[in-house]
Amino acid sequence: MPYLLRRLGFYIVAAWVAITFNFFIPRAMPGNAVQGIMAKFPSLTPAASAALTAMLGVGKGGSIWHQYVTYLNNVLHLNFGVDVSSFPASVSSILGAAIPWTLILIGSATVIAFVLGTGLGILSGWRYGGTLDRVLPGLMFLQAIPYFFVALLLVDLLATHGHILPASQGYTPGIFTPGWTWGFISNAVEHSILPALTIVLTSIAGWMLQMRNVMITTIGDDYVIAAQAKGLSSRRVVVTYAARNAILPQLQGFGLALGAVVSGALVMELVFSYPGIGLLLYNSVTSNDYPMMQAVFLVITFTVLLANMIVDTVIVFVDPRARAKEAS
Amino acid sequence: MTAAPTISADPGAVTRKPRRVRFAGWHRMPTKAKAGAIILGFFVLVGIFGPLLAPYAPSLQNPALSASLQGPSGAHWLGTTQSGQDVLSQVLTGIRLTLEVGFLVGVISTVLSVIIGVAAAYLGGFWDELISLVCNVFLVIPALPLLVILLGYLSSKGQWPTIIVLSFLGWAWGARVIRAQSLAIRNRDFVSSAREVGERTWRIIVFEIIPNQVSLIAASFVGSVLYAIGASVALSFIGVASLNTWSLGTILYWAQNGNALQVGAWWWFVPPGVVVAIIGTALVMLNSGVDELGNPRLRDAHNASKAAGHWIKPADPTAVVTGFAPPAGGLSRFTRSFSRQSALEGAKGGRN
Repeated sequence: MPYLLRRLGFYIVAAWVAITFNFFIPRAMPGNAVQGIMAKFPSLTPAASAALTAMLGVGKGGSIWHQYVTYLNNVLHLNFGVDVSSFPASVSSILGAAIPWTLILIGSATVIAFVLGTGLGILSGWRYGGTLDRVLPGLMFLQAIPYFFVALLLVDLLATHGHILPASQGYTPGIFTPGWTWGFISNAVEHSILPALTIVLTSIAGWMLQMRNVMITTIGDDYVIAAQAKGLSSRRVVVTYAARNAILPQLQGFGLALGAVVSGALVMELVFSYPGIGLLLYNSVTSNDYPMMQAVFLVITFTVLLANMIVDTVIVFVDPRARAKEAS
Repeated sequence: MTAAPTISADPGAVTRKPRRVRFAGWHRMPTKAKAGAIILGFFVLVGIFGPLLAPYAPSLQNPALSASLQGPSGAHWLGTTQSGQDVLSQVLTGIRLTLEVGFLVGVISTVLSVIIGVAAAYLGGFWDELISLVCNVFLVIPALPLLVILLGYLSSKGQWPTIIVLSFLGWAWGARVIRAQSLAIRNRDFVSSAREVGERTWRIIVFEIIPNQVSLIAASFVGSVLYAIGASVALSFIGVASLNTWSLGTILYWAQNGNALQVGAWWWFVPPGVVVAIIGTALVMLNSGVDELGNPRLRDAHNASKAAGHWIKPADPTAVVTGFAPPAGGLSRFTRSFSRQSALEGAKGGRN
């Protein structure tokens, strides 16, 4: 079976597991979530109650199997029901407004961190024992700090005291309205610098240390030594021989590490009150908005799976073994 | 990875004890690992005795306006919170709970990892495929949102829901690495000889397989503790863990809720965050030491540079384990089964 098809199969299984978790968690938990929500939000209509029962379902709506099939159908159509804390808006529409913020911010910051970290990792792996290795303890420290704490520090230094950059939110409401205007975009970019810096600072260490270690292991391999013995230039040995091979495990690690980066970045969003998925998750936690929490979980999972699929496609292009497998 | 003891035609080798692989003594530990262990030891002591040393009760409020949001002073070394609580006392008390959660999750999830990993390696066939699939699914689903949902529903009473849920989601990484290592050890000569002698399977597992991956289990444990501390602090920070008790995450939660950032009360959120970061760094350093012990090439790098390697969790174990294995060794074949690699190698990179 082609490599990509097999991977796709795996991601479909993973997505199905996530959806099934989502279906059974509210049903397995003690207490009646729907009644709890109805008591908390008196503005909800009986229709909303029925919709909630379909999503969180306790008792009603036919057999558990029937509920499950209905649920799967709803999820496939991206119908996550109505939002209880801002009824009667649908969960999907609220999610749709928040997704671009998070996607653009985390996406671009992660790519920057990955490219920079891998590049620095190649350098420090090739010249281990050199100047770059002096910063290793610092990198370990960076790797161990929670994202949100870095965010707190950056806001304190650069926004509250430094007044260099805006401290919170995705843009200045009141002055700008979201749209494709130059003013809004530059304003949004200005607001995204600190959150992006947080992600880059905290995740770059992980990419760099991992790449460094794989590099050190790779440059001990015979073909690298042979390439050096042939008298090839260092540049060529590093780029074409060592880094070319060391980057494959790095790419393979990218997908799984992505989950951690996204998790960290989501918590970070609430420090900045950034109008993305993370803030949405936080708000839904504080207001016990279970349908929203569950929808956020699914959306994040699907996005991470999709990113993994993209990485797999990249691997097919970069790794000759995968290419061969794909062609066969 | 040390080479398997050769038994060849030597009859004495049958009774030979398996070598304690890579379980190095203190003096052989890389400097970074020693430093990590010492720092961690210090915080464990603080965790044990901290609540006794705390000058005030952590929740003790001081309604006087002059006591609210005061910077560090002689009476309050780390200042006070909005309601006049002593930050130093909160940190000293909070370290214990954070470490407790970390170590308990570490123990539970490592035990789960060992059981599941060894079971997968020994059951083989369909069960192995299934367990590996479940592992990979757990690894690829982002943990934090799932934790939030689970804990959101368990509207937490005490720390146990957090501990159980973190353990439930934390075993996959270790299980995958331990499964790979068990498969490799299972085919070593000393295990074959034990089998030939007629040892029971459970005995082989307990006395031959598990003792030979102590360092891997230790690394898995340290990684789990790191993950648990990071996750529990983040969960407390967003307010889904129990807020009735003091942990480092809860202090940060109240600091965020009390707008410590907006009013510039750095003494409120910096100390707990720095403590989390230092404990985390100590764990990363400890782990890097174990990683170096297992990977001769990184050890060489260490000798050359006095710099340590590292271990990232939950990055893809494939990369890390590639480091554990000799370049052409048998282990790499196993670690990759069911990872992206296995799909590449197809039928060739099989189970055995």
